[in-house]
Amino acid sequence: MSLVDKIKSFDYGPVFMSLGFFLVFILVWHGLTQQPDFDSTGLSENELMTMEFNGDIIQDDAGNYIYNPDKPIGIPGPAKVFDKTKSELKEIFHKKGTNDHGIGHLVWYTVKRFAIGFLAASIFAVVLGVIIGLNKKLFLALNPFIQTLKPISPLAWMPLLLYSVQDPTWTAILVVFMASLWPTVANTAFGVSTMRKDYLRVASLLEMGYFRRLFKVVLPAAAPAIVAGLRISFGSALVAVVPAEMLLGELGIGYLSWIEWNNLDISGVIFAIIVVGVVGVVLDYAFSRVAKLVTYPEM
Amino acid sequence: MSFLKVDHVSKTFPVLDGPDKGQTFTVFKEVNFEIQQGEFLTMIGHSGCGKSTLLNIMAGFDEPSNGGVILDGNLITKPGLDRMVVFQSFALMPWLSTFENVRVAVKSAHPDWSPDRIKDWTQKYIDMMSLGGAESKKPAFLSGGMRQRVGLARAFAVEPKILLLDEPFAQIDALTRGAIQEELVRMWNATKSTVFMVTHDVDEAILLSDRIALMTNGPDAELAEIVEVNIPRPRSREELIDSKEYVELRSHILHFLVRGAKRQDSPPSEMHFSKKDMEVKGDNSSSEEKRQPA
Ligand SMILES: Nc1ncnc2c1ncn2[C@@H]1O[C@H](COP(=O)(O)OP(=O)(O)OP(=O)(O)O)[C@@H](O)[C@H]1O
Ligand SMILES: [Mg+2]
Repeated sequence: MSLVDKIKSFDYGPVFMSLGFFLVFILVWHGLTQQPDFDSTGLSENELMTMEFNGDIIQDDAGNYIYNPDKPIGIPGPAKVFDKTKSELKEIFHKKGTNDHGIGHLVWYTVKRFAIGFLAASIFAVVLGVIIGLNKKLFLALNPFIQTLKPISPLAWMPLLLYSVQDPTWTAILVVFMASLWPTVANTAFGVSTMRKDYLRVASLLEMGYFRRLFKVVLPAAAPAIVAGLRISFGSALVAVVPAEMLLGELGIGYLSWIEWNNLDISGVIFAIIVVGVVGVVLDYAFSRVAKLVTYPEM
Repeated sequence: MSFLKVDHVSKTFPVLDGPDKGQTFTVFKEVNFEIQQGEFLTMIGHSGCGKSTLLNIMAGFDEPSNGGVILDGNLITKPGLDRMVVFQSFALMPWLSTFENVRVAVKSAHPDWSPDRIKDWTQKYIDMMSLGGAESKKPAFLSGGMRQRVGLARAFAVEPKILLLDEPFAQIDALTRGAIQEELVRMWNATKSTVFMVTHDVDEAILLSDRIALMTNGPDAELAEIVEVNIPRPRSREELIDSKEYVELRSHILHFLVRGAKRQDSPPSEMHFSKKDMEVKGDNSSSEEKRQPA
């Protein structure tokens, strides 16, 4: 299909619908966060002076009292968040002091932390999953432990991990590790143990050695199940990394939202939330591209 | 010494379900037959008589409860490259392309060959099975007939001492089946292979085989007789339909199956084939069949 045909045959309906929903969302958000102008009627001079002293209101050029635009009341509207986003993106790679790093740096810290924990856990989990998937007795023996460990929130491990490794940087990575572990272990073991017997029979007919059989038959056959497990792990690790950063005070996009909260900058908190979402989408897209390479159409 | 000898093989399984759970049952017992080098022998029997079980024992996937299978002087204990199985379910690796599915077998059979030689050899068998053009397709995108062509190419490319085919065409539509059967015969001729096949299809058995082994119903199934197919090759489906031998052989086998595949040991039957009769080479089965009431 030529590019022109592709463009012609593409269904633009959902795209317009998406844009429509987005517009509605922004408008509703704007409407709900709209502040009425300050109304001084019924307030005494004294009350007004106290409010001005507190910084709630200021006098504009004409001498009328208006709300102080620097002191937020309620949830900021889309315009404010947009301004905040613009100013953050302007200093994307700035570093001002120990805690004020540009958003580019923060994203990189989080992605790095996430990638190390997730990759290490995935390798470990696939190896463990294959070993127990190939050995039915081992599978039955270890399954109760895995089932017990699986539902434990990765954050529940954090105090113990922090106490053990005595280092918040490594603890954050280990929390991601714990979050990524069990779904992949369970799915890999399941995929390997329920692999079609035919494949193993062909491997034995061809007199494949242990490793050739593992890499040519077992892993590819279990790949769809392994990828499904990795995908669950991926999501749970992404969910875990934000609170881990907050609780441990490790710089990253999760911690950003906490910093902005401490600064009472609600626009910043919303900006941080949006960044977390965007980073999640991008990572997930990258993951699905890689996953496509190892899965195959089922017969 | 025969090329392949199935010697007093019996197989007993535990009952998996039902009121007799925990007990055992014998699928078949005391099965004896031989296959000569270059021969095409087919086994027919009702579902459950243990054809697949026997084939799996010959492949080395399963162990006999009694007796053994000897191939070219060696007792079979485990699967190996001297026997290739063609599965009813194709058993292709869905993550590999047509070409790779065959190549992985060639590479296993000849680990010392150069990549180029492996490639050429693979291509040769791909072409022989009329798979040219489908080399890079994954099995999921092939028709059932094409899939089994890959299965056959993979098996033949290894040049095993014997090919074991377990209802290889059962999942293929009738029109395609004929073409692949012809290709199988062509390959068998060209490679001078030895073939053991299991099937339900009487016509298929007659079209392809040198001899046909008939199993009685299981459990406790036995090899009732082995009939010889004295129809000259090449056989074409068209000619077969009118051939007298074909009609007689077909009705003989069908009668055997319809009668309930019982062993006709005790006389008063006018149709009497004993195993011993049939094992005598050159025994003219059609002359016996003539005595059979139509
Ligand atoms: N591993 C096993 N454990 C217990 N029973 C088994 C096992 N494998 C096969 N059987 C039983 O042995 C009998 C013969 O099975 P088999 O698959 O060999 O029959 P078959 O002749 O190939 O039948 P079909 O024509 O349907 O393929 C069946 O009753 C089956 O249930
Ligand atoms: Mg069978």
